[in-house]
Amino acid sequence: MIDYESALSARVKGIAPSGIRKFFDLLENMDSSDAISLGVGEPDFVTPWHIRDAGVYALEKGFTKYTSNAGLAELRRQISNYMYRRFALKYDPMKQMVVTVGGSEGIDIAVRAIVNQGDEVIVPVPSFVCYGPIVELVGGVPVYVQTKAEDEFRLTAEALRAAITPRTKLLVLPFPNNPTGAIMERADLEAIAQVLRGTNIIVLSDEIYAELTYGQHHVSIANIEDMYERTLVVNGFSKAYAMTGWRLGYVCGPQELIRQMLKIHQYAIMCAPTTSQYAAVEAMKNGDGDIQTMCKDYDYRRRFLLDKLHSAGLTCFEPKGAFYAFPCIASTGMTSAEFCEKFLIAEHVAAIPGTAFGPGGEGFVRMCYASSLANLSEAMDRLDRFLKGLRSSGGSV
Amino acid sequence: MNNELLTLLEKDARVTPAQLATMLGREEADVVNEIAEYEKNHVILGYPALIDWTKTDDELVTALIEVRIAPQRGDGFDRIAERIYQYEEVESLYLMSGAYDLAVTITGRSLRAVAEFVHARLAVIDGVTGTATHFILKKYKEKNHLFTKLPEQEERVLFV
Repeated sequence: MIDYESALSARVKGIAPSGIRKFFDLLENMDSSDAISLGVGEPDFVTPWHIRDAGVYALEKGFTKYTSNAGLAELRRQISNYMYRRFALKYDPMKQMVVTVGGSEGIDIAVRAIVNQGDEVIVPVPSFVCYGPIVELVGGVPVYVQTKAEDEFRLTAEALRAAITPRTKLLVLPFPNNPTGAIMERADLEAIAQVLRGTNIIVLSDEIYAELTYGQHHVSIANIEDMYERTLVVNGFSKAYAMTGWRLGYVCGPQELIRQMLKIHQYAIMCAPTTSQYAAVEAMKNGDGDIQTMCKDYDYRRRFLLDKLHSAGLTCFEPKGAFYAFPCIASTGMTSAEFCEKFLIAEHVAAIPGTAFGPGGEGFVRMCYASSLANLSEAMDRLDRFLKGLRSSGGSV
Repeated sequence: MNNELLTLLEKDARVTPAQLATMLGREEADVVNEIAEYEKNHVILGYPALIDWTKTDDELVTALIEVRIAPQRGDGFDRIAERIYQYEEVESLYLMSGAYDLAVTITGRSLRAVAEFVHARLAVIDGVTGTATHFILKKYKEKNHLFTKLPEQEERVLFV
C-alpha cells in the first residue's frame, strides 16, 4: 500500500484549496435551470471572429509545431508595439519578454525566478487567489496587506512601508484589481515608487485588466521614474480580447530577470500554444477596435449594476477597472459566505464571498458584470427581493 | 459609431430611458428629450421586432429583385422608386451602384404571390426596363442577429 500522505510534497499539502469549493458544490447540486452566475470572472463575449479565424487559418496551414521558447518573433514584435502604443513602455521584443501560458504562468515564473526560501512577498488583498499559493510553493512567505474601502481599495504608501522587512523580495501589484475593481492612478503609484526607491524590491505588476478601465487610461508602475528597472509587467489576451480559453499571456521586464524566467519557461512549458500565438498576432494587429467596443459595453453594465446595487440599499464603492463590483453586505448582519449561500439558495444567483480573495474581503461580495444586461437586470431584481425579504424578517440591512 | 444613445437603441429598443440614462451616465429627462427629438426628425423611424417567421406557422416567401430602370429627366430614379415603394409588399428598396439600379425585397405568402407582384406590378411600371428575381432560400443573419443560436461551450470553469 502506498502511503500517499508521506508520498506527497509537504508544501503542496500545505496549500489550502480554494475556499469556495463548498459553495460551488452547492451550486452543482441544486436545480438551477434559472440560475444566474455573476461568479465567473471572464468576458461573456466570444473571441472576435477575425481572431478565431486567424487561429483556424494557422491550423489549416499546418502551423502545429513548437515555436521558439520565448514565443513567435512576430508576436513579440507586435507585443512590443502594443506596449508602446497603449502604455508608452518600451520593451525589446527579443530580450525583454516571454510569451506565457496565460498571465498565470507569467506570475508563476516571475515568483519562481525571484523568491528564495523564507523570502517575503507583499500581496495586497483582496486580490486574485493565485499569488499566495504560488509564493508558498517556492518556500516564500506571502505577507498580506489589506486595502480598505475608505481608500477605494488602493494600496497606500503607508501600508506598504509598514509591511516591508529586510526579507521583502517582491511586491505584487494587482491593479486594476480583481475583485474590487480598484485602480491605481499615477499619483498613487508615485507614492508607492517613493517607498520602493533605494530598496532592492522587485515589483510584479499584474496588469491583465489594463485595457478595462473606465474614465481614465491605465498607468503602469513601470512608467514611474526609476520603476522600469525593477518592474515585471504581466499582461495577456484573456480579458482584453475575450480569449480566456486560448491561454496566452506575456511578461515584459528587465533583460536580467526575463533571461532567468525564460529558463523556467523553457524547462517547464517549452512554449505557449502555437495556434493561440498566431491568433494573438491578429489580435494585436487588428484588435484595438474590439477592445474599445467591449470596454464600452462593460462600462454600460458597470453603471447599470452600480445603480441597482445602490437602489437595493447596498453600499458599493465605484469600481473603475476590471469587470467586478464589490458591494458591502455587512448591513445584512451576515458574513460574506452566509450571504452568498443564502442568496444562492433563495434566489439562484451566484456571487462570490469576498473572503475568497484573502483577508479583508469579509463583509463584501464580488459580482462580475461581464454578463448580459438581461441577466444583470434579473439578478438585481432578485437581489432587491432578497434584501426586502431579509428586512421584513427582522434583519437590519 | 459615435452616437452611443442611437447605437444602444439600435441594439435593443426596449431598454427604458431610465436604464439608458444610467448606462450612459446621463439624466433620464435628457435622454427622453433626445429620443423624442430623433423621433420627430425621423432619425428613429420605428421600433420593429426581428422575427424568424420560419419558426412560426406562417409560410412566407422573400425575394430580392434586381430592377433596371431608365432614369427620367428631372427626377432621376426617385419617381420610379416612389412608384415602387408605395406598394405594401415592398419591404425594402435601395438604389444601387453597379449592374442594376434598384434592389427590392418583397415578402409574400407564396411563390405565386411574389411572381404575380413582379410581373403584374413591378415589371410594367413605366421606365422599368428589366427585372431579375432571386428567391431567398435561407436567412442566416439580419440586423446583426443570427437566425440560429450558436452552441455554447458546455464545460466551463466555475471560478476565476
